Amino acid sequence: MSGLDALTILAGHAQWWHQVIDFSDYGQLMALVRNSIIAAAVLGVVGGVLGVFVMQRDMAFAVHGVSELSFAGAAGALLLGSSVVVGALAGSLLAALAIGLLGARARDRNSAIGVLMPFGLGLGILFLALYDGRASSKFGLLTGQIISVDGPQLWWLVGICVVALAILVAIWRPLLFNSLDPDVAAARGVPGRVVSMLFMLALGLVVSVAVQVVGALLVLALLVTPAASALRVSASTVAVPLLGALFGLVAAVGGILLALGGSLPISPYITTIAFATYLGCRAVGAVRDRRAA
Amino acid sequence: MTGRDGASCAVTQDAPTAASSSHPDRSAHPAHPAPVLEVRGATLAFHGRTLWSGLDLDVRPGEFLTVLGANGSGKSTLLKALLGVQRLGSGTIRIQGESVARGRRRVGYVPQQRLIPTGTPMRGRDLVALGVDGHRPGVRLRGRRALRARVDAALAAVDGTELARRPIGQLSGGEQQRMRVAQALVSDPALLLCDEPLGSLDLHHQQEVVSLVDQRRRSHGTPVVFVTHDVNPVLPATDRVLYLAAGSHRLGRPEEVLRSDVLSELYGTRVDVAEVAGRIVVLGAPAHLDPHHWEEGA
Ligand SMILES: Nc1ncnc2c1ncn2[C@@H]1O[C@H](COP(=O)(O)OP(=O)(O)OP(=O)(O)O)[C@@H](O)[C@H]1O
Ligand SMILES: [Mg+2]
Repeated sequence: MSGLDALTILAGHAQWWHQVIDFSDYGQLMALVRNSIIAAAVLGVVGGVLGVFVMQRDMAFAVHGVSELSFAGAAGALLLGSSVVVGALAGSLLAALAIGLLGARARDRNSAIGVLMPFGLGLGILFLALYDGRASSKFGLLTGQIISVDGPQLWWLVGICVVALAILVAIWRPLLFNSLDPDVAAARGVPGRVVSMLFMLALGLVVSVAVQVVGALLVLALLVTPAASALRVSASTVAVPLLGALFGLVAAVGGILLALGGSLPISPYITTIAFATYLGCRAVGAVRDRRAA
Repeated sequence: MTGRDGASCAVTQDAPTAASSSHPDRSAHPAHPAPVLEVRGATLAFHGRTLWSGLDLDVRPGEFLTVLGANGSGKSTLLKALLGVQRLGSGTIRIQGESVARGRRRVGYVPQQRLIPTGTPMRGRDLVALGVDGHRPGVRLRGRRALRARVDAALAAVDGTELARRPIGQLSGGEQQRMRVAQALVSDPALLLCDEPLGSLDLHHQQEVVSLVDQRRRSHGTPVVFVTHDVNPVLPATDRVLYLAAGSHRLGRPEEVLRSDVLSELYGTRVDVAEVAGRIVVLGAPAHLDPHHWEEGA
């Protein structure tokens, strides 16, 4: 690491660089956060796949709303001393199913979410203010942290993601059909209500995990950005979800690996990788369009 | 034309329960096959404005029903009611003897022009393939080859082979519309509902779509409910016309409905139906009820 140190000094930078990147003790840290990496990897994959439908159903705002309520649930659990996983899950499912019941009309939905979201955020902040435990776990729910996920908790997080993915796979074609055109799908016997509610269930599950890994404010980085990137480079029904999963995986795991070297929350690393991927995909798409023209 | 026979039954009030309680033996009455679509006393109003009321309608196998009417007269809403996604104020709708409010539907539907956004991760052939197995759970694993053959045939029929590999969001309005017609036809539906499918098609493709639908109902006996603003392209195929206006309606053969006296009574004001250069033109329908016909009359 001496080369890096020399570089820092040469550049005249004082302390802050060490906060961003510092790879001393890397191996030890790795062992500590193995569980977080596994959780993040699974989340990245499932988030990337789910994101394709979030984009198609125009639900980015809903994701944001659900994550604020999930945050409130997690903060409430922290305050009560109960399981954060369960708290995040409860808040998230409640919000997701409520939004699902509001129905498909985007405008009604968005105004309701706009009302719900600050309420959830306010509630969560209230709970955190009342809580007098470790400050880092407070901040972590908003902006993400490498929580040292313990064994049972890891299986919860992974299990929740796997259930969400199983739901998506089970309703894959009807969901695709319903997202494209609900009435045409209904004409062919796709039950729109059931499909939407199952999708919201999957969304709630994934968001509750994402809140605990990247924090409520940055859930979109794993649930929208990877899929949006994939859509820039492909229009294939098969390739887009696969690429979304890949980009999500790279951002989530890459973010944690980089964050290990510094003392910042993990979200800036994850969001930066995700954003860079998006820019790269835009560039690739633009070049290809120009060549095709 | 089977539909001409069916026309006389359209307004009969025979008990709907008799038709619905069991599946009548079709072979026993070849001249009067059981209606695929039965509408009884259908009424719908939004905010006190009646779109249509007391609508009784039987559509029999192979029949081509053309729905006409002004903007906002409730044509699209009628199709949505037939799909079961719009609830009626009162009345019943049955498809193949089964209420549309529940049950599995096998209806082909071409919605009124709604552009598919760019960035939809789907190519032309994916859209058509959803018509075959989009209602099945899970991901597509087996039967890809058989599916491919069906989709290719449907695409070829709408002159869309070239469009199969293009991202659906990048296709023009008319090209998307042709993909939707292919999607509706590929499913081999029990009933075909088309909401202004000719909307943004050029003359050549208008004729192509009309003859495609016409052929389908002749070869497969698929009844067609076809909403259009201009009756002329479908007039040769049309068995009966349902004309919606001012909360009321008229149902009958084209020559029975598209008449000055009938439409004048329907609109409650003087309306002229004229034939100009082989085309039927409706003149003088109130502008607020029907801007389209003004344009055409001008
Ligand atoms: N869910 C609804 N709530 C309130 N009003 C509605 C609803 N659905 C339709 N309407 C109204 O019903 C009327 C009929 O609409 P519809 O789309 O059926 O007309 P249309 O005959 O298809 O017209 P166009 O020729 O323009 O396609 C319109 O005035 C519309 O605003
Ligand atoms: Mg309409």
